[in-house]
Amino acid sequence: MTGGNPFATALELILERDPVLVGIVGLSLQVSLTAVAIAAVLALPLGAVVALFRFPGRGIVVAGLNALMGLPPVVAGLMVYLLLSRAGPLGSWGLLFTPTAMVIAQTLLVFPIIAALSRQVVEDLWEEYSEQLRSLGASRLRAIPTLLWDARFSLLTGVLAGFGRASAEVGAVLIVGGNIDGVTRVMTTAIALETSRGDLPLALGLGIVLLLLVMLVNSAAHLVSEQAKRRLG
Amino acid sequence: MNDLSHLPTLLPLTLTDVAFRHRGQTLLQGINLAFGASGRTIVLGPNGAGKSLLMRLCHGLLQPSAGTVRWAALRDSGRSIRRRQSMVFQRPVLLRRSAIANVEYALAVQGVGRRERRRHAAEALEYFGLASLAHRMARVLSGGEQQRLALARAWAMRPEILFLDEPTSALDPSATKAVEDAVQAFHDRGTRIVMSTHDLGQARRLADDVVFLCRGRLLERTPAIEFFQQPRTAEATAFLHGELVW
Amino acid sequence: MASWSGRGIAVSCRRVFKETLNYSHANAGVRIIQRFLNAVRAAAVAGLLVLFGGPGMIGPAIADASHITLASTTSIEQSGLFRHLVPMFREETGIDVRVVAVGTGQAFAMARAGDADVLLVHDRDGEERFLAEGYGSDRRDIMHNDFIILGPESDPAGVREAESAIDALQRIAVAEAAFASRGDDSGTHRAERRLWEEVGITPSGRWYRELGSGMGSTLNTAAGMDAYVLSDRASWLSFRNRQALRILFQDDDALLNPYASLRIDRDRHPHLKHELAARWHDWLISGAGQAAIADFVIDGEQPFVPATKP
Repeated sequence: MTGGNPFATALELILERDPVLVGIVGLSLQVSLTAVAIAAVLALPLGAVVALFRFPGRGIVVAGLNALMGLPPVVAGLMVYLLLSRAGPLGSWGLLFTPTAMVIAQTLLVFPIIAALSRQVVEDLWEEYSEQLRSLGASRLRAIPTLLWDARFSLLTGVLAGFGRASAEVGAVLIVGGNIDGVTRVMTTAIALETSRGDLPLALGLGIVLLLLVMLVNSAAHLVSEQAKRRLG
Repeated sequence: MNDLSHLPTLLPLTLTDVAFRHRGQTLLQGINLAFGASGRTIVLGPNGAGKSLLMRLCHGLLQPSAGTVRWAALRDSGRSIRRRQSMVFQRPVLLRRSAIANVEYALAVQGVGRRERRRHAAEALEYFGLASLAHRMARVLSGGEQQRLALARAWAMRPEILFLDEPTSALDPSATKAVEDAVQAFHDRGTRIVMSTHDLGQARRLADDVVFLCRGRLLERTPAIEFFQQPRTAEATAFLHGELVW
Repeated sequence: MASWSGRGIAVSCRRVFKETLNYSHANAGVRIIQRFLNAVRAAAVAGLLVLFGGPGMIGPAIADASHITLASTTSIEQSGLFRHLVPMFREETGIDVRVVAVGTGQAFAMARAGDADVLLVHDRDGEERFLAEGYGSDRRDIMHNDFIILGPESDPAGVREAESAIDALQRIAVAEAAFASRGDDSGTHRAERRLWEEVGITPSGRWYRELGSGMGSTLNTAAGMDAYVLSDRASWLSFRNRQALRILFQDDDALLNPYASLRIDRDRHPHLKHELAARWHDWLISGAGQAAIADFVIDGEQPFVPATKP
């Protein structure tokens, strides 16, 4: 597997379906998709609340969410590390160096992206809907699920952006997961390891596999949304 | 909840010295009006006279800068009062879901139970000739179909009063006819109608009485026959002759 | 209010899935999408369980499984030794060893915080301090290898002619030839600093580049900029991106690199898996463990020499 063309290596990795690689790919997907799902469940309504309600400190929340979109993964990882370390406040949970810890760190990374986008999209749609919804007698609280549902395809873009960030980052999962072989090793940390071993073709081959994976997820979501959009008008 | 017979009636609606100002400009002032329990009132006036504003103030989408908008059923909150009215806009705003889901949504907000919702929505669509389009996405319907769907939505809500803000201004004649028929049907069911239009023929066809607005002021409130034959103000006369009035 | 909107979202999600599944019937890639959506749904459910079921459900399940967390160095991890040792140990004892490979400095920090059950490191001074402070309870020499001085084939500082490791570093400093230092407080970095102390200079200047990286990244960088670099032999043997890098100096007692296993003090961190950690610790110095280390070979070379002759 070492030496030679990274594309050939990537192809070989895919065709061989090496169980170790399959495990790593599976864990990558599991961790990132779970993180994105949790972040979406929390961030979509939060973005909508910020879009629809005026409350003291709202400006700070908006600015904070926008700023947190640029949170370096390493910092997110460090925060979660300090939280989950035995010496930290949640140390007794024993979650450090587990996939759960990686999910928490990535959720932290993805949350601001989805929340900020949700706020923007919901605010725009509220502009269009507010008169009609108020005419029907719907409260702002009642409008939140309505707006989220009707904006679902725009929101999907934000969720995919979140997935992109989660699956691409290495800093956070390396720190809180520890890159343990067979337990917390994901695509990005495996790539970092192979790079540091100087096996650049293998590292790049893994990178290509990761890229294909992200493309697959994205195009599946795109396909679904395009089709639905055409139907919905 | 759809059966409103046990509730005290909303009407009459009384506007007292209502004014509306926006960014330092007075857009409506000195409006004193009452809408009784039945009948069809057509709101006329040149563009910018304040027709849409007046209806939004009545419906509760806007709050007056001065004066009061008062319903007979005083004790209810603004939102629960609004659930007993409907408004059809010039351009219908439909949710990004199926036609029937749009109607069901309005009923859900009213608090109608799931099974009844489905039944009432289907009946309303049937009544407006939209049954075959029930599961089409609302946003892909034609302009006329969309407006009919908005009317069906209002129909299912069984409002005591229906506001229509130039509902046919973007429609072709056959769709316009359908809207006028619908207004008649609401009227026959006892719904109070308040509708603005700039189509004088339509006004003649539908009006029991006319509210004539010009430059933010109420100039006339006259029975329809009288208004069209002998308007009291010079502005109304000019307006009816198709002259430019502002 | 929160739970209400939460329920709304859950219902919405369910409908998204249903609707999207319906759409996909019309499509060619149906099954892939369906399977993907099922995976998403499963992941979402699992995620919610993790989040709301909390550690009460999943945390202990992981924590109670028969495994220990070993904090060790990147150099051993990259050599592949653990992939050789851990399966043998697991076979014998049923205990899995989860290796978190970091710099030796960070490994000590992890152990101090109570995040590792056992250590395998290479920094004599650091190990003694760790024991003196009462964090460690038992230290055993496991194996050693040696450091080597690598550099570009052209050898501008003439390190090939050096008579000792000290001499070699001196030549690099005098020639001000590029030198890549780990700069990450790892065992290798600490060893390098001790050597410079013996040379009697504090390296600084443009030629001395502190990278703050693990062994592999440092080798990559050194190969890329034709710099001299101190590496352990195992990392070098398993390194694939050598370019013009060659071994220019080796075999000096000053370059000995001993690895030790340390157990963590029971009173300091009572929550750790001391029994399991002790079995690993003891296995490493047992005949079986020592033989396993001796058996490990990269490209025909034996990178680690066990501490006791089998």
